Formats: sequence, structure tokens, C-alpha cells
Amino acid sequence: MIYAVHINVMPLKELLDPQGKAVMSGLSNLGLKGVEDVRIGKHITLQVEAASKEEARKIAEEASQKLLANQVMEYFEITVN
Amino acid sequence: MKFGVVVFPGSNCDADMINALSKDLGYEVIELWHKDKDLGMFSTEDCIVLPGGFSYGDYLRCGAIARFSPMMQSVISFAGKGGKVLGVCNGFQILCEAGLLPGVLLRNENMKFICRNIFLKGDDGIVSKIPVAHGEGRFYADNATLDELENNGQVIYRYCDENGNITPEANPNGSLRNIAGISNAAGNVFGMMPHPERACNERLGNTDGKKIFHDLFVARKTELV
Repeated sequence: MIYAVHINVMPLKELLDPQGKAVMSGLSNLGLKGVEDVRIGKHITLQVEAASKEEARKIAEEASQKLLANQVMEYFEITVN
Repeated sequence: MKFGVVVFPGSNCDADMINALSKDLGYEVIELWHKDKDLGMFSTEDCIVLPGGFSYGDYLRCGAIARFSPMMQSVISFAGKGGKVLGVCNGFQILCEAGLLPGVLLRNENMKFICRNIFLKGDDGIVSKIPVAHGEGRFYADNATLDELENNGQVIYRYCDENGNITPEANPNGSLRNIAGISNAAGNVFGMMPHPERACNERLGNTDGKKIFHDLFVARKTELV
């Protein structure tokens, strides 16, 4: 069975995100009100062939820990469909 | 002592590094290709250099893909045996991603690519003027790691002003504790964001880079012995 895996990789909450800060100032220049913070990360999709949803998640976890995210600066969240 | 300089797809300071080491400093230099993995011609007295650039287009994260290249597997085991390894700029990022050095290099605090001369202070207190050229050079590690680096004497260079004062104003990229370069605990792996290879020749108007290479490979060696 092929599972569609979605992974969000985000900068750790305590870290300054200059990219988000730059976009934040762009939004302010648009005149949009109410946006208080912007943080930018990555959305990664994988097609994973696995025997079960749990196995697909395990593979995605290993991929995230070993390559897709650097846990010194990022955290990740996995959704398996 | 001889040097090996690894060329990755996207390296762009490899020629400068080879030129500085061979012509300005007189060392034997061997160019190494990322797809090869033979380091048999090097002893642990020698040094493998990872030069600056944008290896693998900085895809995913700076240095993240380069660490999987065949040559890097050999460099990791070479470092494990006590061989010397130096990473400059993108090379420093690769060493952090490969786990040979702690921490990570984040996007510069001021959101800009910085390309200019800065001042560095070594652990001998001497100030050198060296160019930097990077968009992701903000050294970050958790407080426990930073304390460990400082207590072990692994912080080898800090950003400072012309007079050697380590101030927030002299920090170009927001690196924690003004850190510009570190070594591993064993003292054989070095990483730094500034480019000493761009400052080794009178014609370039700056020879302070020679002092950096001397620090790393001559002065330190005597200390270790």
C-alpha cells in the first residue's frame, strides 16, 4: 500500500526566523492588520510504500530525524494519509 | 604536511583554497572529487579541507546533502582516526551537518548576505582582518553545548572590532557569543565562517589569512605535542 506522508519542518520556537521577520514586514507594508507573527518552514511530501500506516510513519520519522530536519534548529510534524 | 581539497558540485572557493595553500603557503595540495573516496595518500598529519561555496545548491539546508557524498564518508572516518579536517564557510556548515562539529549555522540575523572584511580574535588574543561572504553564518547551539565549547577551549575565533573588543556591534551575523570558528573536542577538526584563503597574498591587499593557517596547522601542532 502506498501512503501519502506530509511532513512540516519548522524552525524551533525559541529561534529567530529572519525569513519570517522579512515576510512579516512585507505584510505590514501591504497594510494588513492583525498579523502578529510569521514563521517559515518547509512542507515535504513523501509517497511511501509500506505494509501499514504505522510502518509508513516509522520510515518518515527516520527520514526526518536523519535528513529532512536538523533537530539542532528545527522540529518536524508528520501526517500519514 | 600536505592538503586535500574536496570539490563538491557547487563548491566555488576550491580554486582559491588550492591556490592559497599551494602558491602562497607552499604546501603540496591534492584536489579531491566528491564521488571518489580514496584518502589512502593522506596520513593523520595531513589535512582535508572542505572549501566554501553552495554544495548541492544549498538544497534542503546548507551542507545537508554534501554530508552523504562518498568522499564525506571517507572524511568522517579520517577525522575519526585523528586526521585533520578544516571546513571554511560552506565547509563549516557541512562539518556541522555531518556531526563532526557541534551546532549549526543559521540564516544571518540581519537577513542579508554579508560580503566584507571583519575582524577575528584568536585564542592567542591576536586580531586578524579576514573576509566573510555568507548568508547563513549565525552560529547556534544550545547553552549547554556553548558552555562546553568554551570550557574546553574549543572556540578558536570570535568576531571582534579592530581593537579586539568582542562586542555585539562587531558581530556581523548574530552568532551566539560572537563565535566565528570552533574545533571539535579532540582538536583535529576545525570549522570557521571567515575565508582565510582570500587573504594570503600581497596582491589581494591582505595577508592575515596566513596567520590563520599558521595558527591551525603550525602553532596548534606544537601545543598538542
